[in-house]
Amino acid sequence: MTTVDDDVAPVVAKQKLSRLERRAIATKGRLSSPWASGIAILLAVLWTLPSLGLLVTSFRPSLDIRRSGWWTVIPDLFQGKTAFTLENYDQAINGNATLGTFFVNSFVITIPAVVIPITLALLAAYAFAWIDFKGRNVLFVAVFTLQVVPLQVALVPLLRDYIQLGINGSFWTVWISHSIFALPLAIFLLHNFMKEIPTSLVEAARVDGAGHVQVFFRVLMPLLVPAIASFGIFQFLWVWNDLLVGLTFTSAGNRPLTVAVAELAGSRGGQWQLLSAGAFISMVVPLVVFLALQRYFVRGLLAGSVKG
Amino acid sequence: MGWLLNPTTTGEKIADMLVAIALFVVVMGLILYLVDRPRRVPNWLVALAFAGVPLLLLTYGLVRSALITLWNSFFNRNGTAFVGFDNYKQAFTQGQFQQVLVNTAIWVILVPILATLIGLVYAVVVDRSRFEKAAKALIFIPMAISMVGASIIWRFVYEFRPNQPNIQQTGLLNQVLVWIGLEPQQFLSTQPWNTWFLIVVMIWIQTGFAMTVLSAAIKAIPDDIVEAARLDGLGGFGMFRYITVPSIRPALIVVLTTIAITALKVFDIVRTMTGGQFGTGVVANEFYTQAFRQNNQGLASALAVVLFVLVIPIIAYNVRQLRKTEEVR
Repeated sequence: MTTVDDDVAPVVAKQKLSRLERRAIATKGRLSSPWASGIAILLAVLWTLPSLGLLVTSFRPSLDIRRSGWWTVIPDLFQGKTAFTLENYDQAINGNATLGTFFVNSFVITIPAVVIPITLALLAAYAFAWIDFKGRNVLFVAVFTLQVVPLQVALVPLLRDYIQLGINGSFWTVWISHSIFALPLAIFLLHNFMKEIPTSLVEAARVDGAGHVQVFFRVLMPLLVPAIASFGIFQFLWVWNDLLVGLTFTSAGNRPLTVAVAELAGSRGGQWQLLSAGAFISMVVPLVVFLALQRYFVRGLLAGSVKG
Repeated sequence: MGWLLNPTTTGEKIADMLVAIALFVVVMGLILYLVDRPRRVPNWLVALAFAGVPLLLLTYGLVRSALITLWNSFFNRNGTAFVGFDNYKQAFTQGQFQQVLVNTAIWVILVPILATLIGLVYAVVVDRSRFEKAAKALIFIPMAISMVGASIIWRFVYEFRPNQPNIQQTGLLNQVLVWIGLEPQQFLSTQPWNTWFLIVVMIWIQTGFAMTVLSAAIKAIPDDIVEAARLDGLGGFGMFRYITVPSIRPALIVVLTTIAITALKVFDIVRTMTGGQFGTGVVANEFYTQAFRQNNQGLASALAVVLFVLVIPIIAYNVRQLRKTEEVR
């Protein structure tokens, strides 16, 4: 087997290379245009400077932050008189802003709010894709249509119910709400992925005597791992970065990081040593997820992006 | 069992989370186990076991809630008296709310157009360059962080200090103004331009999305079309205008409509940067203020319904375009 593979591989590689080369040659004229490079560099700088500014600021002593702009560290660097510190982060996490607590809250909120809706959506998507029942198409279109409902429409009625049930302010309300809001898009996307799996695979399993539950777990789940990863990352970032749902449903001790940081911005808008560190504490997890799993994230984005 | 509802320590919170997941797994597992046991189960029962819980949640959480909100929008602030269309009349005629609607319109028009334009230009100029991957990641990162984080980043760019001899500017934009000899500005409180400076933040976030989708579409343009056009003497801008843009038209529409919906629902940015003050309010922010600060449920519901109604045509257009492109394929 290996010899055959070895024989084939270089040929494929060669063809691929030549095709890429052709494209590269074809586009060379445009790439060398100084205008194109100029625009690219300008945009890249414009898009990076704001974040860079706040990042540098978050490591400066608070007196320096108040006295001068962050860009002054560049000439200072050459004169060797710049001081960087982790004091701001220490203040933000352990000081009276207690962002450490809210960091835990964000995790506690996000993990179930990703696991539960994805599992529910997978099961529902399976029903719509592979179980033959009456009214299937009408129901599926109805679910798809629910994507248009903005969160705002559902917040007040849900909050009232939570108060009546006596669970308002708890994590349970955020888990339930995030799960509901995620379902329409999740069902729609995962259904599309499931439909792409060849019918013959499912039929073969059925002939072997597998019921729906077995087909779902044994045949479809393993094939759907990339799709689940894509949507999982998407949902993770969405819940982690959410402000509206957290703000509406959680009580003071259960707030996610976004709400806590937004409140800092409201009440201590001038204390940049705290705000800059706080902002980056809230961004660290999404940034790591994004950089580590960029490929899946982009795929999820390309598959379907209407959410909210 | 108080910790199940009101966990106070980190340990209790994590235990709470594990209980929730375990409970969920047990319930769903039981349902599936029951339906898998007997040999002959009618299809509708299996379908109910798979899709019942999600459909129930959707009916309860979205359909029922939307109907309640619609109903509430015809009542007064605490739901005690029927007021007909008064809440809508107030939203569309009172100066304060008209401003909110005008601002929302500016957001919905400017953000998609500018973000898509910049994203498209960037996608074209970095396409197949040596640094493509890194260059794209730079533009894309704002998409991964929260809008709250983005707002704080930009509030720092707009930071204002009065122009006095001993005071240095700490906001980059005002420093640039001072460097070129102009007066520093209070970007976030000077009407009407402050809305534009908030819009910049949303463009900064959404350009990465536009760039990613459009870049994928550009790469999907068949080689032979590009080569044929080149043989016909097209190059540079002509290629962009007559080959690239028409070829990616469906992707352009998806990007424009998706960003328009995001801009329509903008809340985080306005709330974090100005709190809706200084004439920067938008519908989603005003909804929150009316519902949870002013406690005017009638007006809040009406604003939510307005948001709902405004989303529908955009999504309908989007779906129709998607259908069309699928037919072509």
